[in-house]
Amino acid sequence: MQFGIFTVGDVTPDPTTGREPSENERIKAMVTMALKAEEIGLDVFATGEHHNPPFVPSSPTTMLGWIAARTEKLILSTSTTLITTNDPVKIAEDFAMLQHLADGRVDLMMGRGNTGPVYPWFGKDIRQGIPMAIENYALLHKLWREDVVDWEGRFRTPLQGFTSTPRPLDGVPPFVWHGSIRSPEIAEQAAFYGDGFFANNIFWPRTHFQKLINLYRQRFEHYGHGTASQAVVGVGGQFFMRKNSQDAVREFRPYFDNAPVYGHGPSMEEFMAETPLTVGSPQEVIDKTLSYRETYGDYQRQLFLVDHAGLPLKTVLEQMDLLGEILPALRAGFAEGRPAEVPDAPNHASLLAARNTAGLATANAQEV
Amino acid sequence: MRLVVVSAGLSVPSSTRLLADRLTAATTALVPEAEVELIELRDLAVDIANNLVTGFAGARLQAALDAVAGADGLIAVTPVFSASYSGLFKSFFDVLDNTALTGTPVLTAATGGTARHSLALEHALRPLFAYLRAVVVPTAVYAASEDWGGSGDPLTDTLPTRIDRAAGELAALMRGRAAVAPPAEETVVPFAEQLAALEKR
Repeated sequence: MQFGIFTVGDVTPDPTTGREPSENERIKAMVTMALKAEEIGLDVFATGEHHNPPFVPSSPTTMLGWIAARTEKLILSTSTTLITTNDPVKIAEDFAMLQHLADGRVDLMMGRGNTGPVYPWFGKDIRQGIPMAIENYALLHKLWREDVVDWEGRFRTPLQGFTSTPRPLDGVPPFVWHGSIRSPEIAEQAAFYGDGFFANNIFWPRTHFQKLINLYRQRFEHYGHGTASQAVVGVGGQFFMRKNSQDAVREFRPYFDNAPVYGHGPSMEEFMAETPLTVGSPQEVIDKTLSYRETYGDYQRQLFLVDHAGLPLKTVLEQMDLLGEILPALRAGFAEGRPAEVPDAPNHASLLAARNTAGLATANAQEV
Repeated sequence: MRLVVVSAGLSVPSSTRLLADRLTAATTALVPEAEVELIELRDLAVDIANNLVTGFAGARLQAALDAVAGADGLIAVTPVFSASYSGLFKSFFDVLDNTALTGTPVLTAATGGTARHSLALEHALRPLFAYLRAVVVPTAVYAASEDWGGSGDPLTDTLPTRIDRAAGELAALMRGRAAVAPPAEETVVPFAEQLAALEKR
């Protein structure tokens, strides 16, 4: 089981002081969080990708490359990489390069992006979002697995005799997750390839995400990648904790009430009842997080959103320290009663080993 | 058979609710087996606003939306505010899934202080439900203040007649629809088909 944080990268004024960080401060805050993630023993740091204010992370591999140079264990990931408006050729190149520099500590999550104007800014049509996600990923998948690619599709210029460089590290492409909040087509796509599926599990009731995860698990089995319980599932989460529950509630409320995504709507108490948000003591966060497996089945990756709604970096780092303190309890809780057949999330080492085993089997078969 | 009634009246008692009740009674007289569920939007006003802000319906609102989606017939009644349906009425249908009413028979009705706004039913409500691909009955019922009394003029004392005519139209459509099987569960398009659809022809 992997634990980590994912960040949207929004620049939001602190509602308690009115102070808005500069873009530079926000970018530096994000990489500081990544270093903190490694320090407290998290497994994953994932950054969003956006091409409009108030968001700063337009260039994820640049940021992740910086983090790669200053960490040793942390897996660098995205939440999400836009498979619609980015050229799949450039994604193949950028992430293979990152993979080499990070010695394989890289995976990525595909997403479509839901900001209408970004599509026309990149010469695309949002109504073609799903077909673009399907065709572009099919090309990306091929570019990482075939040295020389001939390609013709609807959404980019054809390729004849193209080789994406650098080739993936050890010939093993990064593991890919597909994130979606409402599209069964994407759950189906993830299942078809045997890739991971991620439900952000924030801001909405978990029953909503449960349907997509169940669909993904069934179709994963249908396509012969393993049983439904072996499908590779990632889940998000959102918390604010203090030693005393009342302190957490008091401190977070102004951030909740003014949050860009859900503020000025339901009360924090209603939102906690309806969505996976937990505001309370470390034990309450542990209990709530462990309950996700009852909804989604045993899963492989848990990412938390800890840095939105204008929370200052100091507070975010305190939240991460508390997360570090409950991490052993979370790991033990998720390990308890976990069936042996449920695999860990693939990483570079496991994919390399699987490739070598398969290669050996093929070689043996040829000798016979 | 399920008859759902959505009333967007704000005062208690409300003439919008009164009209909704009259239409319901006239319809159930013709479809006595119908189970009636009444949804007062006033009770859901905060939930509707919260849905607009958060993008999801809370449990109480979701139950109302599910009821509308599962209806075999819908009576939708709004007061006329500023020459159209009320904002609350529109917001409820804004947060409803845009396929939830496909093929559902709908009776539209409105109340107002003056009969001068009666065409709001035709220029505002009918297009709204046409967009939602509902089957809107030909008679839309408007009740102005004076309709609750009577002038003694048979040409204008027509509210009971219009209620009965609209209810008859709704009842006929509901009976016709009852034979139709419920839509199958959503099925996923196999990936190979999704991919093949993109190949050059």
